Amino acid sequence: METQIKENTSFDADKIREHFPVFFQPENEGLIYLDSAATTQRPREVLAAGTEFYEKFNANAHRGAYKIAEKATEAYERAREKVGQFIGAKDSSEIVFVRSTTEAINFVAYGWARKFISAEDEIIVSEMEHHSNLVPWQIVAQKTGARLRFLRMNENGVLPLEQLDSLLSTKTKLVAITHVSNVLGTVNPVKEIIQAAHNVGAKVVVDGAQSAPHLPVNVVDLDADFFAFSGHKMLAPMGIGVLYGKTALLEEMDPVYYGGEMIKDVDYYQSTWNDLPWKFEAGTQNIAGAIGLGAAIDFINNVGIDNIRKHDHFLTEYALNELKKINDLVILGPMNNRGPAISFNLDNIHAHDLATFLDQKNIAIRSGHHCAKLVMKKFNVAATARASFYLYNTKTDIDALVHALNEAKGYFSKWR
Amino acid sequence: MALDELYQEIILEHYKKPKNMGLLEHADIKVEGKNPFCGDEIELAIKLKDDIIENVTFDGSGCAISQASASLMTEKIKGKSISQVKKLISTFKKMVKGEEDSQINKDNLEELLALQGVSEFPSRIKCALLAWNTLLLGLDEKLKKQAGEK
Repeated sequence: METQIKENTSFDADKIREHFPVFFQPENEGLIYLDSAATTQRPREVLAAGTEFYEKFNANAHRGAYKIAEKATEAYERAREKVGQFIGAKDSSEIVFVRSTTEAINFVAYGWARKFISAEDEIIVSEMEHHSNLVPWQIVAQKTGARLRFLRMNENGVLPLEQLDSLLSTKTKLVAITHVSNVLGTVNPVKEIIQAAHNVGAKVVVDGAQSAPHLPVNVVDLDADFFAFSGHKMLAPMGIGVLYGKTALLEEMDPVYYGGEMIKDVDYYQSTWNDLPWKFEAGTQNIAGAIGLGAAIDFINNVGIDNIRKHDHFLTEYALNELKKINDLVILGPMNNRGPAISFNLDNIHAHDLATFLDQKNIAIRSGHHCAKLVMKKFNVAATARASFYLYNTKTDIDALVHALNEAKGYFSKWR
Repeated sequence: MALDELYQEIILEHYKKPKNMGLLEHADIKVEGKNPFCGDEIELAIKLKDDIIENVTFDGSGCAISQASASLMTEKIKGKSISQVKKLISTFKKMVKGEEDSQINKDNLEELLALQGVSEFPSRIKCALLAWNTLLLGLDEKLKKQAGEK
């Protein structure tokens, strides 16, 4: 039976698209960008915010006692407040600016986990993690002697919660879990996982790289201990990311980088650390990036994160429905309650060959293991193709993808 | 660049029916290579007679380009000496990377010229080179070991 998938007619993706210069470059004519899970495109407003900083009040934050330096500091800290409000943090001092989700998670690994985790302890990670939320924990386990344990997923790419009972114990010190899978699109019940972890006294670090851009996130409601995400996956410039941590945890956590600006006092043989969050922000920071992230949040707030969620949901439902009609196309991951990233394989065509074919049609998708080799192992594939959507994508983009995939089948059929 | 120039007939044939697939036993050189970018993997097994490659087989999984390149490579290097093969690797790499070099004698490449189109697809160069870089690693390790034994 044909399911009717309703588009939110008040959401005008074509209008939103007009804000993104990349789509209007002559050399990009006809570009259909379906790789926002890797990085999103950036609207004019975000680019302008960075340029404005460099042109009008370029100075180092927290250092100069002159007007433009004060303005730079104010803009940098204002961006922090916007981030705090965006994810519902109690206080903007819980927002640490970093480079990326990867750096945020490594901060927790080096500054917190290596300090508080020891040989008798256990760390739980899921097998659907991006390498950025897996490899740091392998290293923590190797260095501390702690045991790494895995939350397994089922054949639909879902983590059954029943296994938590047998995995969690008083030995568990940390659970590292992705909010939304970058390969499978699975939305994990992080709130329930956090609650279960807290019941045994464990802390939880959430990889929010694929959730913060697409879903309303409230770290207080989730009761997340640490929450990491990247600016560049939510319209902001590359090179700016966020580590949220509860105040008490950030207080007890060690700095990862030492040097300028992160100190309170320095003597010959020892020093003391600055207040939160600056204790973690050694050296000159990416001020333009932070300001750009603030502008990206303004952009998202203007559209409305809930409207974005609904639009993503519509595109995903529509795409799943259309992709299912293609014979020999196998979709990995759940068919509902998912984010807007869809991994698939078509026939026996290797994902790389498929991506090259689609690129000839100006369709940009991702191919490979998506930095999630455990997922590839689980589904016994070497690579997948992945299409992912965001607020500037339209139904027409998906129609073009589906059309091109059918063409690809024809083209590669001579290979059999 | 048209897709057909990348996926030439000869490449498709080697992808569909790769030559020298499956690892031979009692190999003198066994070496594994991985392309971290895409997860493609290859394993080579080489039988030497003095410094001549008497036989070579491969196993692995990957895209059409990487598999065809491996298959073509095994056909090409059989019967050649290690130093000849090392020269060939260097010539092949230059061709695939699209490097202009008057020193390259492309005539020696023969069927390998089918992979010339790869140079127009920068993201696929690593696919074409996986087998060759793995071969180079295996040969260099062997030479190092031999030097150590002497």
